[in-house]
Amino acid sequence: MKLLLYIGSRTVSMLLTLLVVSALIFLIINLPPGDYLTNQLAELRATGQEAGVAKAEFLRHEYALDQPLWRQYLIWLGAAPGPHGFNGLLQGQFGWSFEFSAPVSEIVGEALWLTILLNLSTIVFVYVMALTLGVIAAVKARSWIDYTTAFIGYLGLATPNFLLALILFYYGHKYLDLPIGGLMAPEFENEPMSFEKARSILAHLIIPTFVVGTAGAAAMMQRLRASLLDELSRPYVETAIAKGMPPARMLVKYPLRAALNPFVADIGTLLPAMISGSVLVSVVLGLQTIGPALLTALKTQDQFLAAFILVFVAFLTLIGTLVSDVLLAMLDPRIRIGEKRK
Amino acid sequence: MIRLDDGRYVAPEDDRPEEFATLADTPEARLSLHRLTLRRFARHRLAMISAIFLLTCYLLLPLVGFIAPYGPNTRNAEHIFAPPQLIHIFHDGGLNAPFVYPISGEANLAEYRWDYTADTDAPQSLRWFCPGDPYKLAGLIPSQTHLFCAPDDTTVFLWGSDRLGRDVFSRILYGAQLSLTVGLVGIAISMGLGIFFGAIAGYFGGGLDYAIQRLIEILRSIPELPLWLALSAAVPSHWGPVSVFFAISIILGLLDWPGLARAVRAKFFSLREEDFVQAAEMMGAKPSRIIRRHLLPNFRSHLIASAALSIPSMILGETALSFLGLGLRAPAVSWGVMLNDAQHLSSIEIYPWTALPMLPIIIVVLAFSFMGDGLRDALDPSET
Repeated sequence: MKLLLYIGSRTVSMLLTLLVVSALIFLIINLPPGDYLTNQLAELRATGQEAGVAKAEFLRHEYALDQPLWRQYLIWLGAAPGPHGFNGLLQGQFGWSFEFSAPVSEIVGEALWLTILLNLSTIVFVYVMALTLGVIAAVKARSWIDYTTAFIGYLGLATPNFLLALILFYYGHKYLDLPIGGLMAPEFENEPMSFEKARSILAHLIIPTFVVGTAGAAAMMQRLRASLLDELSRPYVETAIAKGMPPARMLVKYPLRAALNPFVADIGTLLPAMISGSVLVSVVLGLQTIGPALLTALKTQDQFLAAFILVFVAFLTLIGTLVSDVLLAMLDPRIRIGEKRK
Repeated sequence: MIRLDDGRYVAPEDDRPEEFATLADTPEARLSLHRLTLRRFARHRLAMISAIFLLTCYLLLPLVGFIAPYGPNTRNAEHIFAPPQLIHIFHDGGLNAPFVYPISGEANLAEYRWDYTADTDAPQSLRWFCPGDPYKLAGLIPSQTHLFCAPDDTTVFLWGSDRLGRDVFSRILYGAQLSLTVGLVGIAISMGLGIFFGAIAGYFGGGLDYAIQRLIEILRSIPELPLWLALSAAVPSHWGPVSVFFAISIILGLLDWPGLARAVRAKFFSLREEDFVQAAEMMGAKPSRIIRRHLLPNFRSHLIASAALSIPSMILGETALSFLGLGLRAPAVSWGVMLNDAQHLSSIEIYPWTALPMLPIIIVVLAFSFMGDGLRDALDPSET
């Protein structure tokens, strides 16, 4: 019951955060003077295409771009009636992309799922890598395994994601025959899901997952190693060993459990960084996630598309944090009874 | 009661000079806290090397024009995508002054690439302290003297040349000026904001604290890069390189402060109840004075350590933004701008040296991380 209450209150605060974030994002998107249509209008006027001017003026009115900013935001959100009544985010209408002359939902449709897929696979990768390597590094502290993992970890933190992407991409293709470019073979694009398509997507996921996940896995591994080392030097570990408990069982049963809390809590900081990374890597590797669309939208001031993608990205992060909070509450009863965590 | 030589009175059973000697007279005990910290830092070999390396880099920044053989945007139309040239000292078994073999390029139309051949019969000695492209020393003193230049009728591209025939080595040196300072400006802004918000939240508490906490949570929950992209897309395209540079550093700093503010706030919470703060309050010191004179100095060094650990993310941030074409723009030269040219797989495959700017990025970021870790360990010996 307490847990349900906790989940409820966290969900409410998440939605409030999302609301503030969406306002912030809308403001940032509208920081540059003018909008997509005013730019087009200026161009049309300069070349004397009066018909085009009339059309653009009509579109400006149609999408409420002639309204004050706060009203534009409310209309976009779906909290105020626009020229066509309530049809904003709350009603499931994501707006219109001027650059692509299509509804936003159509442009980002499949990309949303692929983005979620990429981030999910990265999370799995990060946890598996960090858990195994972190435990090994802590148990075999100050051995060559420890130093090698630490070194690779540091390199992973220091190499810009996009460069790692380019390099792995090149060598992965040359020596391992991993597929290049995109998230699936070209013949599967816009095809319905099938077994072949799923396999093609999985093969294409290997390099991006590795690239996006390395830095996060490295940081997380180091933290798990540190907290596990702390636990390993406690007297209860010595007691357990003295009693003749097999080391592997002892490790999993006591110190690892105690060291796992910060590991789960970390996802809140890990997720924003990973989503940032996935946007960047998608642009470099030409993955059909929302990354490339975001870049185009930002460069052309295609405001509804850009704003929607940014809100979606923030939404993903918040959902991830919510899940990690709930997991943590299940792991650690102190949190769900409302006791402050130190 | 016995009186000791140094004026202390001790009970006879407490008169154990050898014990006092071990407690008080070790050389460690006579050192100040700062000296102790410095000493622990110096024992961290890797951190020390990194610190010296970074210091050297920053000290050399004003002299870049002198060290680089070419200007950052000097084009050499006849040597496009020239490979790196080695500086030799042996020719025909004899020892020479440092020289290069002249190279000449040919367009390979079958594979659409440039092929270069070195003429190993005609070594050309480098010139030293020679006149070359004009530059301004430290941005102030106009000069034309370079440490070394290419021989009269050939080139010296230590790390090759790029698609416009510009020297990659010189450009990396010039790029360091922006890439290394963008982090410093960014961290200054981030520290200013972080200390300000963290301090008022931690000192005053209550509603103000609650509001700032929520703000921090919101900012930390948004992925940085997309927001950076959105903000830098808002930088007007007609701005000059200097304005863009500052705009980008401000953008990098604007999103970085929440972590720092959180740390400052936590420290303030624990320090606020200390006796010395209450004493200062009772003597009528204003909050701003208490914060600046009594609270902040307590963890100045921690702030420096966490700043050192945040700089890498700023350097990487600038690189990513410039790489995507939304950060610094040509003719400004930074490592990210240079890598923007190396975006395509084909160019990395045929002309791998165009991706060379990644090396300084990795090295500098590693150095900052090692130095920051070393600083943190030196400040908190208990936590290692």
